Amino acid sequence: MSEWIAFNRHSIWAIYKFEMARAWRTLTQSIVTPVITTSLYFVVFGSAIGSRMKEIDGVPYGAFIVPGLIMLSLFTQSIFNGSFGIYFPKFVGTIYELLSAPISYLEIVIAYVGAAATKSIILGLLILITASFFVPIKILHPGFMIAFLVLIATTFSLFGFILGVWAQGFEQLQMIPMLIITPLTFLGGSFYSIDMLPAPWRTIALFNPVVYLISGFRWSFYETADVAVEISLAATLGFFLACLLVVSWIFKTGYRLKS
Amino acid sequence: MTPIVVSIKDLTKTYASGLQALKTINLDIRKGEIFALLGPNGAGKTTLISIICGIVTPSSGEVYADGHEIRRDYRLARSKIGLVPQELTTDRFETVWATTTFSRGLFGKKPNKDYVERVLRDLTLWDKRNAQLQTLSGGMKRRVMIAKALSHEPTILFLDEPTAGVDVELRRDMWELVRRLRDNGVTIILTTHYIDEAEEMADRIGVINRGELILVEDKAKLIKKLGKKQMTLVLQEPMAKIPPELGEWHLSLNDGGHELVYTFDTNAERTGVPSLLRRVADLGIHFRDLNTEQSSLEDIFVSLVSDRGKAAA
Repeated sequence: MSEWIAFNRHSIWAIYKFEMARAWRTLTQSIVTPVITTSLYFVVFGSAIGSRMKEIDGVPYGAFIVPGLIMLSLFTQSIFNGSFGIYFPKFVGTIYELLSAPISYLEIVIAYVGAAATKSIILGLLILITASFFVPIKILHPGFMIAFLVLIATTFSLFGFILGVWAQGFEQLQMIPMLIITPLTFLGGSFYSIDMLPAPWRTIALFNPVVYLISGFRWSFYETADVAVEISLAATLGFFLACLLVVSWIFKTGYRLKS
Repeated sequence: MTPIVVSIKDLTKTYASGLQALKTINLDIRKGEIFALLGPNGAGKTTLISIICGIVTPSSGEVYADGHEIRRDYRLARSKIGLVPQELTTDRFETVWATTTFSRGLFGKKPNKDYVERVLRDLTLWDKRNAQLQTLSGGMKRRVMIAKALSHEPTILFLDEPTAGVDVELRRDMWELVRRLRDNGVTIILTTHYIDEAEEMADRIGVINRGELILVEDKAKLIKKLGKKQMTLVLQEPMAKIPPELGEWHLSLNDGGHELVYTFDTNAERTGVPSLLRRVADLGIHFRDLNTEQSSLEDIFVSLVSDRGKAAA
């Protein structure tokens, strides 16, 4: 009983299972679509255009873009999964059940963000496997690769969770990923090294936080990076902690959850 | 002395908009009773329930559920409480079985297929266990909401307008179900603005209006205390006006002078009925029928709320 009071694992598991079951139910939307989209990127950028591109830091272009493409899907899907998980109960009104359950805020976050991150990580790995059919891939630091994958998926799922709490309509829910995250990702070195940019743009690019995430992840594959891996790791952890702070504030104040 | 299962002390709620939804509520709910909270729309019924269940944050005061303060000991307090909200809020793509087992898990209970099956059978939902919620009728969805609320074996059940918008037959079924739950030891707190529902089911009644708990009383005592009785004489010949000899009884004429109505207090030492009947006979007034009627809870409720409304105005 005391264990139950300290940590409500049944509640966490119930939410986690519920969210994973939804992903399974909407398999086409959650897994198949992103995998097909990414495959098309490889066909276009990897095979069609990539064959005419020079190597970047000794890595063939097709292989160079793999970490960036995984990140592109990881960002958008983590945000989508994290935001939809909490927004949907708000939208249909079933949030009353969550708020009246004997579950702590931390447990709610673990369950929703855990499920969202799990889905994104599975997707990231599926994209990696898909990419391996198109281009040769090396992973020089698999431990770091997994660490970046898990940390970034969790951070963006957390960010999505914040978005889901904040959003008061589907339009708001899609606005941030479409208008901010996707452009930042495209401009953050998914398809190129920021060293390839002319001088002022290279400096400007360093203000884009996504650069640090993609750079760190790419380093774990090929040991080539736009910024030092320590800085990438610190930036990822910093973003993670910032999201945690916002989430703890949301639950402390009940922002858009409780009146 | 019946133990207290929900205790509300000096509870207030003022929303960010400035609306004072609850003004210092004090209330004790006894274990095993059916308590009906009556009040017009916007009186504060749902706010009160929402605070106890953890959905709304109180401005001040304390609430204890089975001895556990709802904020400090929220895990233990909430594990005792089941809530059936007013709105039919369901995840339309889920099946009855999935949503009910989800609720059980959410409230920290280990899976128990036998228990969930029993709940679904009790609510005549077993045959629909694999149906998606979007395929169910409104009445069935209401039952699913109750199944979800009961899935974690609560000892206190809040029913917020449980029969709003359901047909007469289902309403009767619901009442029967609520009684069965009470017989199994569950304390029921229901809000309603159907007076007959409270009259039919409740052991005690609380009346809330404009955020204030106007009264809390045993139903029978309330009706007895505040109840008035009316005696109606159906006259053989219509009467144009009440004779002055009957002035002391403050009678009224109804139905175009065909009915002579006497309203009296059942608790008074002398009701005045025998003397009135004697005087009527003396005056040669003939009647062909006589009937009496006790005022209903609805009459009492309307009179209480309108009296307070006038006082506030």
